[in-house]
Amino acid sequence: MKSMITLTINGQRTALEVPPSRTLLELLKGDLHLTGAKLGCGIGECGTCTVIMNGRPVNACLVLAVEADGSDIRTIEGESDGEHMSDLQQAFIDFGAIQCGFCTPGMIMSARALLMRNRNPTRDEIVEAIAGNLCRCTGYKPIIEAIEAVARARNEGGYKTSEDAHAPYVGGAAKRIDGVEKVTGSATFVHDMVLPGMLHARIKISPCASARIVHIDTGKAAAMPGVKAVLAGKDLPYKVGLYLQDKNILARDHVRYQGEMVAAVAAETEEQARAACDAISIQYDVLDPVLDVEEAFASQSRLVHEELGKYSWLKGVFFPKPGTNIAHHQKIRKGDVNDGFARASLITQYEFNNPPVQHAPMETHTAIAQAKPGGMVEITTSAQSPFTVRNLFCHTFGTPHSKVRVRVPYVGGGFGGKAGIHLEPLVYCLSKAAGGRPVKLTCRREEEFNTLPSRQGLHSVVRTGVTKDGKITALDVRYLWDAGAYADYGVNIGRAAAYSGAGPYTIPNCSIDSYVVYTNKVFGTAYRGFGHLEVLWAIERNMDLVAKRLGMDPYDFRMNNLLRTGDTTITGEPFTENHGRPDKCLEIVAKEIGWERRWKQPATRNASGRKLRGVGLAMLHKAPAMPTFTSCSVVIKFNEDASVNVLVSGVDYGQGTYTAFAQIAADELKIPMEKVHIPWDCDTDYTPYDWQTVASRLTVMGGNAIIEAARECLNQIKQMASHALRISPDYLVCENSRVHVKGQPSKGLDYKQLALGYTYPDGNSIGGPVIGHGRCIAHGLTHLHPETGQGLPALDWTYGAHAAEIEVDAETGFIEVLRIVSAFDAGKVINTQQCRSQVIGGVVQGLGSALSEKFIFDKNGCFLNATFKDYKIPTAKDIPQEMRPIFVETPYPAGPHGARGIAEHPMISVPSVIGNAFADATGIEMFEFPLDPETVYMALNYSGSTASVAGNKYVTLETPHCGRQGEP
Amino acid sequence: MDNHGQTWHLDFTLNDEHRQLEIDPHITLLELLRMKLGLTGTKGACLEGECGSCTVLVDGRPMNSCLILAAQMQGREVTTIEGLAKGANLHPLQRKFIEHGAVQCGYCTPGLIMAAKDILDHNAQCTGEEFLRALEGNLCRCTGYNKILSAVRDAWRETQTE
Repeated sequence: MKSMITLTINGQRTALEVPPSRTLLELLKGDLHLTGAKLGCGIGECGTCTVIMNGRPVNACLVLAVEADGSDIRTIEGESDGEHMSDLQQAFIDFGAIQCGFCTPGMIMSARALLMRNRNPTRDEIVEAIAGNLCRCTGYKPIIEAIEAVARARNEGGYKTSEDAHAPYVGGAAKRIDGVEKVTGSATFVHDMVLPGMLHARIKISPCASARIVHIDTGKAAAMPGVKAVLAGKDLPYKVGLYLQDKNILARDHVRYQGEMVAAVAAETEEQARAACDAISIQYDVLDPVLDVEEAFASQSRLVHEELGKYSWLKGVFFPKPGTNIAHHQKIRKGDVNDGFARASLITQYEFNNPPVQHAPMETHTAIAQAKPGGMVEITTSAQSPFTVRNLFCHTFGTPHSKVRVRVPYVGGGFGGKAGIHLEPLVYCLSKAAGGRPVKLTCRREEEFNTLPSRQGLHSVVRTGVTKDGKITALDVRYLWDAGAYADYGVNIGRAAAYSGAGPYTIPNCSIDSYVVYTNKVFGTAYRGFGHLEVLWAIERNMDLVAKRLGMDPYDFRMNNLLRTGDTTITGEPFTENHGRPDKCLEIVAKEIGWERRWKQPATRNASGRKLRGVGLAMLHKAPAMPTFTSCSVVIKFNEDASVNVLVSGVDYGQGTYTAFAQIAADELKIPMEKVHIPWDCDTDYTPYDWQTVASRLTVMGGNAIIEAARECLNQIKQMASHALRISPDYLVCENSRVHVKGQPSKGLDYKQLALGYTYPDGNSIGGPVIGHGRCIAHGLTHLHPETGQGLPALDWTYGAHAAEIEVDAETGFIEVLRIVSAFDAGKVINTQQCRSQVIGGVVQGLGSALSEKFIFDKNGCFLNATFKDYKIPTAKDIPQEMRPIFVETPYPAGPHGARGIAEHPMISVPSVIGNAFADATGIEMFEFPLDPETVYMALNYSGSTASVAGNKYVTLETPHCGRQGEP
Repeated sequence: MDNHGQTWHLDFTLNDEHRQLEIDPHITLLELLRMKLGLTGTKGACLEGECGSCTVLVDGRPMNSCLILAAQMQGREVTTIEGLAKGANLHPLQRKFIEHGAVQCGYCTPGLIMAAKDILDHNAQCTGEEFLRALEGNLCRCTGYNKILSAVRDAWRETQTE
């Protein structure tokens, strides 16, 4: 039964016939093609679908279209005419309030609704108004600033945009080049795409953590209306995997985690696909799951992968142990730890833990694939790395690379979770089974948590030997990574976090064993920081604990041991003056937080004794984890009007890299930035090779390639001009979109006269269209020695430090972060606004890890908190009062303009600094994060004072402060 | 968009599959195929029955889908270019078009192949004249038709000898 409804949408009256079950969001996106509003969760928890209905903001996913009959609806598409931005849209661009752009339309609509009902909103009212709009990238602060600026300007004649950046652009605050598309909702994500004849897919997931699949009956599902393909594991005899091929496209014979994909359906509509999935009956023989990582590590009988020895893996780099649950064992050996411990005057041992967590990008994973006639495969996907999707796809199916096209348009956040390959093989197989029609699979939020990979949990045991005067003599660490059911990136995280696994310190004698261990949980993958947030929780908490045991100021203890020029890292890499200045970062944040003054006073309470204040410090470091052959390439094409198109395949999924690229290209080519266009779609058919958009490496490697490509363009320009002007190219210079003779600006040619070749007055022509290419490869890296881990694993190290002041509410267990100061040696800040945004967004994401985020499983390994209601990521209400990013600039000589990677680093060591500040505030040492209110409350009320600290979740150390005698 | 709430229940067979759809009674078969069903192989070039690029088979006979209302397909059998290949196995006409270089821009190709299929299916005895007559309603601006004719003849010979 359909009903006729009438709506006024953005001022236009529309009459439509709708079925009763259709939501307003489906109506807007599906029937009216207004794709600006986004689907982030479908159950009113994220706000990405916010539109204004009769003057009030609503979640369009929760409103039925029939309920909206007669309503006045305003969507992001009505916010501007597409040419002139509204005040809010312009302010979002000016304040850098956009990253991936997926939450932006909903955020702007919430802000608009506020401004419609409140002329002079306070900051608190602004925060309240957007508290229901989740954003995973920006850390909310720039968004709040943008809305505040618009609200303030209303009484002063309206919002005026800030000035655009001018040359030289590098080092300035150029606005994002993707701003307009994102604030108008016109940026098209895979979520928004529909292809002609497209089918919709749904998946059926395992209800248990470990089971044998006894029988799958798909007969009933296959006969249901609209169903075009039904697949189960038995239909798909393929193995997938990045480094270790241990995964099936759909589970075959066994399920290894609750949430694993077992069967899938493609049908004419999503409802039909869902109904057919429900009709698939599966009989399981339920097994006892292996859930505890230590138990899994020790067991040789209860194996997650019985057939580990039969899998293929990247030999010489990874070392799985068949007959165990160990997917990889990374060893680091430097010096002689026994000797180091013998020379120590204090030996400590502490254990640390952290649970698995989710990336929670606002856009869930989605992919469209089509098996075309003639063997061509077309994939459009929300992936971070199109060439990696293509390469792994071709390895799995044996397809020639030239027959597979992978396109990546705008991506709504990734943070590592969209690296590698995930839905694409399944969607391709469904298309093939459905006779080659395109098939789309968009994961529901619950599946994003439950089925798609997470960040691994980690159990760490850290044994430290120190001298009385605070020099570390030995460090012996065991890391047990809770990899979950499949290796994915986990094995490489176990490797990378091991070679970084002692922190940014000089450790003369070091032994690290990093084991990546299979368990029956959702599998782990790359997540911003690639294991470093987890290991630095252990290392940086350990630094504080050891310092206190020595009776030493943790600042001095760190300073005593930080890497300095002339030292060697734990893999034997010499630390030079080009590596950056971890000491300077620490010095700056300590000074900014007032460390010296604070450290000499005991923790303070407010008058009621309810609020406890404390400060903490933490160091961080990370280098890109990459294969020794990592490379990328760039093409710059001149257009007729001497504007350029820069073709790249590294994806900008919000981090702002393309804006940095445009700045670098404009400066190098001596043209205005508005003449640089970077097409957003990466497309393996058209854009040149790039390894992967991971590891904070894109600005560094891509920036180098852009400089090389730009120089090639200028050479071509000079070659042509040298003929036309009858002078050697050596006497020519380029500036202001012109090439001219040195010292004679009037004797020259505009780029426009050369862009497609030069034509003499008599019609003779020379040269040709200007096109340059640039490349960059990781030079000089080596595999790590299998027994000692010695070698050169990575390119550029980025060092940094955080300092934080927090207030703990002793009654509720709630931690408020008052201030957090973060310093990074970025080498060179290419864009001050984007770098600031990365830091604020990263810090807030780190606070999610520190204070609230964790996977909760029941005793059978079933996932319990797969919604934003139960899994709390930070909202606008949860951000610190003050966040201050500071940049040190010690140039990295091999980086573009001296720049280093900065994207992941802000998140690393945020839990550590909060844990350290918490100990300062309360005297209680935490060994596990998150420090959510429940955990904190329990620690404050139930922890006993004890000298035996190892393995305890929280303990009260008797000597929280310097100046008092430390424990022996 | 606004059709006063009237829809037509269409029950027909499309590429061997039984389909039931609620459709706007005003739309042409071509519009139904391309807009509603996403079968974009069938092209529209003149929308008045003069070029043949929208040719499909209705009950096995070629028709300009731009001139027929979708509602007229009640109980009938429609075959489009998408219904020819079986997975990776191309129809003989498709193979011969490739072999003979009978494809250039490709826009008229689906309609030509559908028109040619009528000959293969219904003419056991076929003279050169009949080939020409069968294809004369399909305009092609690229190939000069020669290679198309030889492809169709060749495919006809192959299917007749099978």
